[in-house]
Amino acid sequence: MSLGKIDMNLTQQNEEVKEVTFRSHPWAAAIILVGGVVALILSIGLSVSFGAADIKFTTVWEAIFRYNSDLTQHQIIQELRLPRVLGGAMVGTCFAVAGAIMQGMTRNPLADSGLLGLNAGAGFALALCFAFFPGLPFMYLILYSFLGAGIGAGIVYGIGSMVKGGLTPLRLVLAGAAVSALLSALSEGIALYFRIGQDLAFWYAGGVAGTSWLQLKIMFPWVLAAVVGAIILSRSITMLSLGDDVARGLGLRSGTVKLFGATIVLILAGAAVSVVGAVGFVGLVIPHLTRKLVGVDYRLIIPCSAVLGALLVVFADLAARMVNPPYETPLGALIALIGVPFFLYISRKEGREL
Amino acid sequence: MAQPTFETDNNNSNISSEDRRQYRRNVTVLLTLGLLIIIAFVLSMNTGFIRLSPLDTIRTLFGGGTEKEQLILFDFRLPRIVISVLIGAGLAVSGCIMQGISRNALADPGILGINAGAGLVVLIFVAYYPNMGTASIFLLPVLAWIGAGVTAAIIFSLSYKRHKGLLPTRLLLTGVAVAAGISAATIVITLRINPEKYQFVATWMAGSIWGTNWKFVLALLPFIVILLPFVFSKARTMNVLNLGEMTAIGLGAKVSREQIVLLAAAVGLAGSCVAVSGGIGFVGLIGPHLARRLVGPKHQALLPASALTGSFMVIVADMLGRLILQPSEIPAGIIVAIVGAPYFLYLLAHSR
Repeated sequence: MSLGKIDMNLTQQNEEVKEVTFRSHPWAAAIILVGGVVALILSIGLSVSFGAADIKFTTVWEAIFRYNSDLTQHQIIQELRLPRVLGGAMVGTCFAVAGAIMQGMTRNPLADSGLLGLNAGAGFALALCFAFFPGLPFMYLILYSFLGAGIGAGIVYGIGSMVKGGLTPLRLVLAGAAVSALLSALSEGIALYFRIGQDLAFWYAGGVAGTSWLQLKIMFPWVLAAVVGAIILSRSITMLSLGDDVARGLGLRSGTVKLFGATIVLILAGAAVSVVGAVGFVGLVIPHLTRKLVGVDYRLIIPCSAVLGALLVVFADLAARMVNPPYETPLGALIALIGVPFFLYISRKEGREL
Repeated sequence: MAQPTFETDNNNSNISSEDRRQYRRNVTVLLTLGLLIIIAFVLSMNTGFIRLSPLDTIRTLFGGGTEKEQLILFDFRLPRIVISVLIGAGLAVSGCIMQGISRNALADPGILGINAGAGLVVLIFVAYYPNMGTASIFLLPVLAWIGAGVTAAIIFSLSYKRHKGLLPTRLLLTGVAVAAGISAATIVITLRINPEKYQFVATWMAGSIWGTNWKFVLALLPFIVILLPFVFSKARTMNVLNLGEMTAIGLGAKVSREQIVLLAAAVGLAGSCVAVSGGIGFVGLIGPHLARRLVGPKHQALLPASALTGSFMVIVADMLGRLILQPSEIPAGIIVAIVGAPYFLYLLAHSR
């Protein structure tokens, strides 16, 4: 490679980096962050006050800030609704950030924890737990679902990278579908044999009902650490999203970044799946939407995805209770019904190469 | 339509010896497959919670045996095995057609969501009509057809481009997505039914041969008996379609019409099989692949070979499902998926 060529490459890379700065909209991001957090607080309030028993906003306020354990309504709010809604917000954040990292690192518009076999892997691990160690404490369930998610993703990714020509979006989706089919078949077999089918089905359907303070307490530090880690990594992810060559040219140790990124994704997806079950598509839809709004800089995409993901799941959970009261519609199904048309739209748009 | 002839003018003379050898080989392969199926058939009749020795089986078949043996064999096992043969053939041929039309080696009614669509309609019916009378058994394939047909129409209209025809990769992506959407709807319904029904529905969705009586055989038989020969008669057309849209048009095939007719047949086969067996995936994928390895790409031999490999797979899977965890059963669909998914991944890893 001649000096001139290197020079050309460098200018080109600098152009690319400038392009990123040019094509990002920090103002939009600021509006999303501020507005999103306000909207999130409002929707959490709405979600807590709405349910099988309608509760006034003022009561919600009192239940949170002047808790009185003699009142049933206060108890409902404190013990059932509040953890549920907070769990929803946390899970939304997890899926969305995990999806954003995956899409950025793999430069693959269709990457999502549901499509990558993470959800099915975690589900399989949980099926094993329910079958062989009933009554396992939640802490262990989370750990096993991390493991399962890791194994699922590892298989998909391993197969994908064995292919000549690398992991195209189409191959990724197909490998994900096949691995999910395999792991679901195994889970189903276990479920049928041990007759734990409907427990597992509830889990597979995805829902934040029954989230407990204990679960939130266990999850929170992990999620917080992972999200902070993601924000720290975000600059490197932007470079990776420009392509390995550019990243290398900018002096990035892409191997290290990918390792950290993958670890964060596993923590986020594993934690989220262990709480709400197999909810797909949040990680697909939100990062795309965010990219449309704030541009291509992951320093903006990741925090905004976190907020928007939380909003989506809180609203979907609210909808799940409103569609057909007193029954709850499974959250995962609702989100999938929103997510599938979106997925089709993306795959059509990216369809030139697929 | 005018059948396009396949021989180009210059190799008419030397086509004979090579072709004849191939033909002989293919006949041998088909006969061997048939023999394997018969062996599996007999073995399958002996396996189950209550063992019958081969001799007992044969004695019972020809009218001997005790009352209990008669009951087990004629009312439980035989219809089940016959159904295995039928759905294996139906699903594999359906997959073979889809792979041929889309020119994509990874297409199959399971991956494309057509099984899921058929299953959803059947599930709705089972969930909301409590008493499964005889009439409803004959209604099931029709319902499943509707579900499969609507799903196929959605997927194909989304992956069809006016001047390019079907886009094979987009077809797969769309199928996977639609399957996910349908599964979501399926889960909603599953959770709304009572626990007793749930066990039945879950078993059915996992793909077990649950229709274990002769009525189901009767309900399924007409579709298979009419559609399989029809598809076999289209073998030459499929060879032409396989050459690609442009070539086929050049050879004078009415491509889109043929595609639609064949697709309708594939959907019909998949739908009626799913109605009886629930979601057995991967048979439609692997059957044709194994067949292609055995007899090559020409559909005259490929279609029957697919049918036979499919049948063999489902018989063996059903038999294993009854053997492994006695006295409870593993649905055949789960066994097929555990074997089939890795194979699919292997194909994917070697695809270009």
